Amino acid sequence: MEAAGISADAALKPRTSEVVAEFISRYGLIAILIAFPAYYGIQDLINDGNLNRIGNNLVDGLSNGAIWALVALGYTLVYGIIELINFAHGEIFMIGAFSAFALWEPLGITADTGTAALILGLLVTMVAAMLVSGSLNVMIERVGYRPLRGAPKLAPLITAVGFSFILQNVGILWLGASQRAVPDLIHSQRELFGFFGVSVSRGDVLAFVAMIPLVLLLTSFVGQSRLGKAMRATAQDPEAAKLMGINVDTTISLTFLLGGLLAGAAGLINTLYQTNVWFFQGFTAGLIAFTAAVMGGIGNLRGAVLGGLIIGCIQQISDNRIGNEWTPAVIFAYLVLIMTFRPQGLIGEETREAG
Amino acid sequence: MSTIQELRTKPWAAYLLPGVVIIAAALFPLFRPPLDGFMDDCILALAYVMMALGLNLVVGFAGLLDLGYVAFYALGAMAVGWWASDFFTGAGGEKGIHIGVTGFAKTLPGIHVNFLLLVVGAIIVCAVAGAIIGLPTLRLRGDYIAIVTLAFGEIIGRIFANGDEITFFGDYKLSNGRQSISPIDSIDVPALAPFDSALNLRPYYWTIFAMVLVVLFVNFRLRDSKLGRAWIALREDEVAAASMGVPLVKTKLLAYATGGAFGGISGAFLGAYFSSVNANQFQFGFSIFILAMVILGGLGSIWGVVLGAVALSFVNIRLIPDVLDQGFVGDALRDAGLKFSFTEISFGVFGFILVIMMVLRPEGLLPERRRKMELTEGIGETESVFEARV
Repeated sequence: MEAAGISADAALKPRTSEVVAEFISRYGLIAILIAFPAYYGIQDLINDGNLNRIGNNLVDGLSNGAIWALVALGYTLVYGIIELINFAHGEIFMIGAFSAFALWEPLGITADTGTAALILGLLVTMVAAMLVSGSLNVMIERVGYRPLRGAPKLAPLITAVGFSFILQNVGILWLGASQRAVPDLIHSQRELFGFFGVSVSRGDVLAFVAMIPLVLLLTSFVGQSRLGKAMRATAQDPEAAKLMGINVDTTISLTFLLGGLLAGAAGLINTLYQTNVWFFQGFTAGLIAFTAAVMGGIGNLRGAVLGGLIIGCIQQISDNRIGNEWTPAVIFAYLVLIMTFRPQGLIGEETREAG
Repeated sequence: MSTIQELRTKPWAAYLLPGVVIIAAALFPLFRPPLDGFMDDCILALAYVMMALGLNLVVGFAGLLDLGYVAFYALGAMAVGWWASDFFTGAGGEKGIHIGVTGFAKTLPGIHVNFLLLVVGAIIVCAVAGAIIGLPTLRLRGDYIAIVTLAFGEIIGRIFANGDEITFFGDYKLSNGRQSISPIDSIDVPALAPFDSALNLRPYYWTIFAMVLVVLFVNFRLRDSKLGRAWIALREDEVAAASMGVPLVKTKLLAYATGGAFGGISGAFLGAYFSSVNANQFQFGFSIFILAMVILGGLGSIWGVVLGAVALSFVNIRLIPDVLDQGFVGDALRDAGLKFSFTEISFGVFGFILVIMMVLRPEGLLPERRRKMELTEGIGETESVFEARV
């Protein structure tokens, strides 16, 4: 009798270990995210007496992050609707970059083109790259994922990995196995303005100027349009959505199309910003962007953008301070930490996967 | 009843075909020259068979998709690199530390440990690493497990590829970075002369063949054991398995540890066979190469995985470079004016195999009956499209 009383008491009061786990889960991720720049910021203050270097890192990081945010949106959209990690998404981004680069020469876009013609030409190539990536993504869904919709979750994930490798090798056949330098059309490293010793280059501005309208368009589409409503309904409950007369298959295709469009745009921006293309860029980008999507809370659009910006900063600081050969390891370490301690991300809810 | 049907009812009938294959495989080196190219291919194929069998434990039996299997290859190979070469030159006061080695290796500086002990070492290192990699995935399911294992595989690969920047105990480096660690001591089994891959490949063949036989035996015993059935229950329905009293944590960690240990043994053997350990090999593509073997043969089917591994390693070693690039296919492509190298895109070929197998024949070439039912049920049922994922 007494024993029962004690156990009932214990059930009411959370154990110390649970409290600690809860605390780590809630604030641990934020703490480790802040710790990284804060450590180097303090180091700068001690060594240089100012925060210029960390400031430059953060500016570069945010503009890098703007590109990752666009890619991460594709992961989060697809995951939100069919709970599949579209492993080939990074390669969709790479193909977008390749097709933009391939269009410059026939269109006659070079570093000497005038401003107005350059802007027009870049808009055309951006639309083309978006369409290529978008339709490729839809096609992969049609061929690789739709036939497997009833199968165990392992099956579409394995096809996704397969498609990722196929596309990488398409990239090798297209532009060769080594990194290819592309013309620096916008002089991306040229300083546009500076404040407090922090310089903002043209590439940084471009990444943000291109990212913001795309994100706004996407969020308003998903939030307000009829098709966006269908997407949200399908994400919430596919069965019920079907009963309400929503064509689930078309809605899923639309989601893949949107993800692909954003990846294509990100591909073009990345090409302008980094001034090189490489068949392997998609693999790294995919994993970084996936980390961003998880960090923000997968399935959450705002979370993906936030995660992208944060991971961009982490990547840039790690590139600059630790050495870029270690950056993937740093990003993956963050990924494992997030997955372990806060799989629902910064502003996400618990999912079935990450209970 | 015809004679054949009568024979099939005998209890030993099921062992007949595997028995004949095993005896033939054991005796074939005697009919080939000692430095045969085909034997070299077979040694590699057998090493891959062992890895595929290890991965099959994790993916096929326990249903935990592991995309970072290369980590165990890396750890097994590095174990050999550290403890069977002159890599730690300063160890033991410049004279070296020697445990159970004979002959030439005894005179070298560095740490030199007998190959059999190294295998035990690789098993321990990889089993511990497997359990550590498994820990963060305990709360996760499905896709997330795949990504966490992939992340660990990449982290371990990166650490070894840049290990020359990490030093400990003064000036000991973790690895040689992008340079390989070489030479590795030749395999030295008690009561036999040390092996020499420049003179005779047969001892290597028989060593890896014996190891594969042991691993096969362990695999069959594990599959039919309490643990193996717990893995399969876990794969089919985690919640149901847990409520039937299957301890999830222990079962999952044992799957990672056992699967990892097999990868480690194979990695150790490959390191000793190549006589060099190179961190550039520890790439994500390697994990996919092994995964494609498991998928091709049939998830969870032991003989299927053996078949898949042998088939894909011959595709990799022979078909792609010799037939597709050099043979009539390559000539035809060159005549058509295409600059096309299949060797360059070999991973695309493996990716293609993954997609084709998953869409057309998810149960693999030699399917396991129970697994086939799982993989094909639900496909094509239109009214319950999303049922399987809830």
